[in-house]
Amino acid sequence: MTDLTATPALADAQNRSLFKRGERTRRRHATERRFRAIGLAAVIFGILALVGLLGSILSNGVSSFRQTYVALDVYLDPAKLDKTGDRDPEALRKLTTFTYQPLIKTALETLIEEKGISVEGLGAKDAEGIISKEAPATLRHFVLANPSKIGEAVRFELLADGRIDGYYKGRVTMETAKLDRNVSPEQLMLADKLKTAGALSTRFNWAFLTAPDASDTRPEAAGLGVAILGSAYMMLIVLVLSLPIGVAASIYLEEFAPRNRLTDIIEVNIANLAAVPSIVFGILGLAVFINYAGLPQSAPIVGGLVLTLMTLPTIIIATRAALKAVPPSIREAALGVGASKMQSIFHHVLPLAAPGILTGTIIGLAQALGETAPLLLIGMVAFVREFPAAPPGGFFDPASALPVQVYNWTQRGDPAFIERASGAIIVLLVFLVIMNLGAIFLRRRFERRW
Amino acid sequence: MKKFLLTASAAAIALTGAAGTAAARDQIQIAGSSTVLPYASIVAEAFGENTEFPTPVVESGGSGAGRKKLCEGVGENTIDIANSSSRIKQSDIDLCAQNGVKEIQEVRIGYDGIVFASDINGPEYAFTPADWHNALAAKVLKDGELVDNPYKKWNEIRADLPDQAILAFIPGTKHGTREVFDEKVLVDGCEENGALEALKAANAGDGKAAEKACMALRTDGVSVDIDGDYTETLARVDANKNGIGVFGLSFYQNNTDKLRVGTMGGVVPSVETIASGEYPVSRPLYFYVKNAHLDVIPGMQEYIEFFVSDEIAGPDGPLAAYGLVSDPELAKTQEKVKNRVPMGALN
Repeated sequence: MTDLTATPALADAQNRSLFKRGERTRRRHATERRFRAIGLAAVIFGILALVGLLGSILSNGVSSFRQTYVALDVYLDPAKLDKTGDRDPEALRKLTTFTYQPLIKTALETLIEEKGISVEGLGAKDAEGIISKEAPATLRHFVLANPSKIGEAVRFELLADGRIDGYYKGRVTMETAKLDRNVSPEQLMLADKLKTAGALSTRFNWAFLTAPDASDTRPEAAGLGVAILGSAYMMLIVLVLSLPIGVAASIYLEEFAPRNRLTDIIEVNIANLAAVPSIVFGILGLAVFINYAGLPQSAPIVGGLVLTLMTLPTIIIATRAALKAVPPSIREAALGVGASKMQSIFHHVLPLAAPGILTGTIIGLAQALGETAPLLLIGMVAFVREFPAAPPGGFFDPASALPVQVYNWTQRGDPAFIERASGAIIVLLVFLVIMNLGAIFLRRRFERRW
Repeated sequence: MKKFLLTASAAAIALTGAAGTAAARDQIQIAGSSTVLPYASIVAEAFGENTEFPTPVVESGGSGAGRKKLCEGVGENTIDIANSSSRIKQSDIDLCAQNGVKEIQEVRIGYDGIVFASDINGPEYAFTPADWHNALAAKVLKDGELVDNPYKKWNEIRADLPDQAILAFIPGTKHGTREVFDEKVLVDGCEENGALEALKAANAGDGKAAEKACMALRTDGVSVDIDGDYTETLARVDANKNGIGVFGLSFYQNNTDKLRVGTMGGVVPSVETIASGEYPVSRPLYFYVKNAHLDVIPGMQEYIEFFVSDEIAGPDGPLAAYGLVSDPELAKTQEKVKNRVPMGALN
């Protein structure tokens, strides 16, 4: 009966050697290898997607940080600007930018003559076309601020037209210029000659970060100033409102609230609120803050309040997790030496939880910074050129926001705005990276582990 | 931490307190059509540059949404002016009346052309409205009979059109442009190629139903609705060299190095041909003014007069340079705006 004791499994085991892999081991190892390969492929895919995205944004957008300028000596002709000769500010204010256009034309013609430049086939109106339509406004602004300069020749660094600028960034070529009704190859040749003569140069574009938005005809003048300020105002409001409210709510829920059905419901609701699509908060903001409370449209205060509602659940969840992570022994020790519950929390628990709370807050803020959808409904997706005033009054002035500016620019007809939009994305990404780095720094620097 | 929390909550209280005492608004608020947006922002920019008043805030969001916002009521937290690429509807006027917005001014700023353009390296197209109906309609007339649209290539419709697959990117139904496309291209084309008569016969002489049937588009993927803006249409044409996109004239004029425009009935679209009425596919653009706000919001009357002035909206102004077809009756509009004439009943 010896053959009965040798079960098949045992027989198999007897066949197996420690030095030779069995069929099952091989299969298990193959599964593991496959899984690792899939995981690695997923990571590589993610990295490639990120590299592709960043690459396309950077290649499109980096050029928006450089801008082409034309240095021009403009004679501020008193015969045109101030016929009476009394420099009356009222009369000067009445002059529109249309009066200043001919001055630029004359100045450019003089420059071309001085440098001995001639371009064959250059039409009468073509020469002034290489200067931005923003230029007359620059001149008018200067004259209003310095009426005494009338009658003198003043050197201006005027923006070159968007297409000329595009030529030096590779967006416009001689071939496309032939087909383009907004620029001619002759204009590009003129620009080239001006560049050789030293009157035209490309340099760093501070105005991109400080100037307000510009209309569709002047992509070269469009900047992010109002958008950055609007975003900063909103982030300030979000921080000031959501941090204390969020922390207070979490401390109460975590440390004081009794465990009953009501707190359970609140807990579930907070978790759900974090998953509500952001546009819903926009609808709420429109109904409550604008229609009911009568707050102004397009203002950072409404945007800030809406984003606060959106950020609160994130902060509450992060804060509660941070509070939970503080070991009970800390609380008990504090209570044991006679501290009140409030003292134990504010003197011992909260400082230990602070890095986690701040990390959660910064991540919530970063999320709010990139949000467009709720702003759509409260009128912040708009063309805003006036800078909002200093806070707190400025919170009620119309402003734009960074992601809104990206959205606005991608909708415009002139291809130069695609470059601007990519540039704005870079600025937004830089802010996000800084915020996230801050969060990582706080966590690394102050977090304690037990 | 404690100190920080205290200051933060104090600031929060101060902030909510300030909310109650919002200052009076000194910027004009405008909302509405995304077609009018570029023109309105050009005017707003020039207005801010040339006057003492702050630059108005111009929001987009669509004609219908803009008019609805205008009719929300009177007061500083409602908008002052609604841009619109189609005429105001009776339902809007009723809503306005219901919310106490009594006097509205209608200002026609000019005309917008709608063009059909394909990739710059593709063949040239000479269309007629009839071709477009044949290309896109669900039911077309072939050999005297109404059949489901059988055409796959343009040269099957008319022999002198290019030998290219039909693929059209047309504005989605929420766009004002689509309305014009439906009326001036599809229905007119339907009449031209005789399908309207046949459809009328099929609908027992009901003209309205027949027109509706004219606008019904085929659903086999040949006609693609674009719900985004013209930049999306451009990207689609760029990706599909066979595609033909529907654009606004000003958008096309900004991208002449990428797009080749098709003629309609032998006429090349341009500011001139649209002004003269030769090019058939165009529509008027408007803005609507809440008269009750005129003396409340500083600079409103000035902005409106500035907008329709010859320097801005005239044939040599910056709007015409950007692609707006200036209104031959601009002088009349200027007169009306000066006297704040509210619009009468729709006719």
